[in-house]
Amino acid sequence: MHELGLVFHCIKEVNEIAASNRVSRINSVTLQIGEVSTIINEYFEDCWKWAIKKEPLLKDSTLKIEKIDAVTFCEDCKKEYPTVKYGKTCPYCGGPHTYLVTGNELLIKEIEVYDGPEEEEQTKEQENEKEKE
Amino acid sequence: MDEVRVIEIKKSIFEDNDRDADNLRADLKKEGVFLLNLMSSPGSGKTTTLIKTINMIKDHLNVAVMEADIDSDVDAKKILAATGVQSIQLHTGGMCHLDAEMTKQGLDNLDLKNVDLAILENVGNLVCPAEFDTGSSKNCMILSVPEGHDKPLKYPLMFSICDLVLVNKIDVMPYFDFDLELCKQYIHMRNPKATVIPICAKTGEGIDQFAKWLEDQVKAWKEG
Repeated sequence: MHELGLVFHCIKEVNEIAASNRVSRINSVTLQIGEVSTIINEYFEDCWKWAIKKEPLLKDSTLKIEKIDAVTFCEDCKKEYPTVKYGKTCPYCGGPHTYLVTGNELLIKEIEVYDGPEEEEQTKEQENEKEKE
Repeated sequence: MDEVRVIEIKKSIFEDNDRDADNLRADLKKEGVFLLNLMSSPGSGKTTTLIKTINMIKDHLNVAVMEADIDSDVDAKKILAATGVQSIQLHTGGMCHLDAEMTKQGLDNLDLKNVDLAILENVGNLVCPAEFDTGSSKNCMILSVPEGHDKPLKYPLMFSICDLVLVNKIDVMPYFDFDLELCKQYIHMRNPKATVIPICAKTGEGIDQFAKWLEDQVKAWKEG
């Protein structure tokens, strides 16, 4: 389960970002996944839905996935071409000396969040609690 | 309070792992420990190759082994019984690869004092382990003859990140349509710098060359 490992990495990352931004709840997470990243979006989504059930900040969030097109560059004729259609051999000159420019990404683009209580309010709440005690 | 705010991140999931891996590599360099990440398909002969090789080098080098699998501890026990070197089993909990953090946790459970060569036997898989830098000094993979000589074309990333490719089970080459020269050509198409050593873990053929490669690498790592 390749996707499961990536989902765990992703959740860890999002939780860290949420913690440093004092977020109370996450509404959505937007990922950008390269066309030839070997990630199968459907599997990723299934793993995600399973994994977020245990995550307080993420359990009601939605996952949005954007595709990044795969583009390969040919060092022989200096042209770019779509990777999925032609693979590693350049369709213009037939050269084998090619490398992937984009398409292998897994990026967290952005998260939509609800902000947590302000610091002042937090302090007030804490004081109130102390008074109660 | 209930307004939605967007936080822009634009961060790669692999970024943290790459940083952890670089830190781990730097720590190991300081300690003089060479870490080999050994990868392959299931059943290609990783454990048998390791046993033969470790028994050849253990008088010159202090070796420790981490066996990573989804479940069971058969490999760690086998290594210990057959070589006597320090050996632990890591469980990945269903995951198909090891990342730098998991590798570090494994190393923390070894006694690295005086260890020259730590070997990580990664989960048997030609896809995911290639995507996660473990923090290893060098990457090595085993391709066995029954898998076919076209594997470098089918799993390009694995072959492109390996410094050494061992072609194992060459004793059965006559029974399979395996073309060693073509295989080398395919490997070098994906990775011109890769060293290729044909071996047979069962008969011991070529293991001396792998042992020599390891000894040279460890020496260079400690000196560099």
